[in-house]
Amino acid sequence: MSEFASGSLTAKNIHLSFGSNHVLRGIDLHVEKGTTASVIGPSGSGKSTLLRVMNRLIEPDQGDILLDGRSVLKDNPDELRRRIGMVFQQFNLFPHKTVAENISLALRKLRGMSKEQAREEALAQLDLVGLKHKADSRPANLSGGQQQRVAIARALAMKPEVMFFDEATSALDPELVKGVLALMADLAQGGMTMVVVTHEMGFSRNVSDVVTFMDAGVVVESGPPEQLFTNPQTARLQGFLSDVL
Amino acid sequence: MDILNQLAETFFDWEAMGEVLPKMFAVGLPNTIVLAVVSGIIGTAIGMLLALMGISRNAAARWIARIYTDILRGLPPVLTILVIGFGFGPIIRELTGSTSPYPMAIAALSLMSGAYIGEIFRSGIQSVDKGQLEATRALGFSYGSSMRLVVVPQGIRRVLPALVNQFIALIKESSLVFMLGLLATEREIFQIGKDAAANSGNLSPYVAAAIFYLALTIPLTHFVNFIDARMRAGRPEKKEPDEAAAVVGKGAQA
Repeated sequence: MSEFASGSLTAKNIHLSFGSNHVLRGIDLHVEKGTTASVIGPSGSGKSTLLRVMNRLIEPDQGDILLDGRSVLKDNPDELRRRIGMVFQQFNLFPHKTVAENISLALRKLRGMSKEQAREEALAQLDLVGLKHKADSRPANLSGGQQQRVAIARALAMKPEVMFFDEATSALDPELVKGVLALMADLAQGGMTMVVVTHEMGFSRNVSDVVTFMDAGVVVESGPPEQLFTNPQTARLQGFLSDVL
Repeated sequence: MDILNQLAETFFDWEAMGEVLPKMFAVGLPNTIVLAVVSGIIGTAIGMLLALMGISRNAAARWIARIYTDILRGLPPVLTILVIGFGFGPIIRELTGSTSPYPMAIAALSLMSGAYIGEIFRSGIQSVDKGQLEATRALGFSYGSSMRLVVVPQGIRRVLPALVNQFIALIKESSLVFMLGLLATEREIFQIGKDAAANSGNLSPYVAAAIFYLALTIPLTHFVNFIDARMRAGRPEKKEPDEAAAVVGKGAQA
C-alpha cells in the first residue's frame, strides 16, 4: 500500500574515472521498489558520485542503470531526472524565488501546469512538510531544517519514482537534523523507493532495508542493517563503524 | 589678490555660465543622456551575448568572445571612437545618405561598453554556486533552460552594482564623441561647454559642464552604494526557529 508510484532501481557494474582518478570501480546496487537503501562510507569513497551517476548528472564510463527493470542509459537524461528526485546537502534552493516558486517552477515548465495549478500543487506539497505558511518567504529567511524540507517538497512535487538523498542532514545544526530525518523516515514508510547517502548511522540502521558500505570506489559490504551493524564481516567496515559509532 | 581674482574670473564667470545654461539644458543634457542610455542598452545586449559565448561549451564561441573582449577593453576609448567613427562613417554615409556621425558615436560607445559589460555578466554568472545548476538539472531541466531560468538571473542580480558603475563610465566617455564633429543639434554636455569656452575665451562653461556631469554621476554613485548595501544585508525579515511546524515526521528515528 504505497502512497507513491515508485519503482525499483538497479546499478550494474558502474565505472567512472575523472582523468587518472578511478572514482567508481564496478559498483552494483539494487533497490527494490518501495524500499530504502542507505549508502555509508568514509568521505571520498564515491557515495555522492554514485548518486549523480545513477540520475546521469554524470555519465558513467561503463555499466548500466535500470529503472523498473529497464535500462535508461539511452533515454533522454533530462526526462530520466524528472523521474528521480534528488535532495542535496546544501539544499540548493533557488534564492531569487519564493518558497512556493521553488516548487512550482518545474511543475509549470516541465509538467505544463498553469500558474494557478502549479501554485496549488506547491502549497499542497508544502503542507505535507509543514511549511505552507512559508510559501511566500524567500529561502534565506528559513532555517536550514525548513530549507531542506522545502527541497524535499520540491523534489516530491515532481512525483518521482525514486528519491535520492545526498547527505541531506550534514549541513544542518544538530537540533534541526531530527525533523528532516523524521520526514525521510515517513517517506520510506510510505513506500517511496529511496537511496540515502548518509552519515547518520541511526537512520541507516533503523530505517533502511539494505545498507551498502562503500570505500575507495567499491562496495565492500552490503546487506540488511542488523547484519552490517552487528556483525560486520570485513576489517574495513569494522574500522569504519568503530570510528563513527 | 590679483591671482585669486583672475582665477575666479576664469572659472566662475557667472555671466558666461549663465549664457551657456539654456543650451546645456536644451541640447547638451538630452544628447548626453541619449548617447549614454542608448549605448548602455545596446552595450548590455552585446555584453549578455559575449557573456553567454564566454561560458559556452563551444570553444569557438569562447574564443570569439575572448578576442573581442581583449581588444575592445585593451584600446583607449578615444582611439576606438575615432577609428569606428571615421573608418565606418563613410560606409554608412554611402549606404544611408546620412552625414551624421551620431550613429557611429553610439556604435563605438556600445561596442566598447559591451566588452566591459560582458566581463561583468560573465563573472556574475560564474560566481553562482554550481549547486544551483546541479539542482535545476536534477529536476529535469536541460542545461540551456537551467542557465536561462535559474543561473543567469542570479548572476545578473548580483552584478547590478557593477553594471551601474559601467553606466557611469559610459556617461563620462560619451564626452569623447566630440571628436567626430557632431552637428550643432547633436552636441553633448562637454562639447557645448567647449564651444562656449572657445567663444568667450573663459573656462567657466567647462565648470558648468562639470556640474552637469556631477549632477548625473553622483546620484548614480550613491544609488550603487544603496543597492550594494541592500544586496549585502538582504531585505529584513525575521527568521524563526525550526521544529514546531512539521505535521508529518512523528516517527522520528535516529
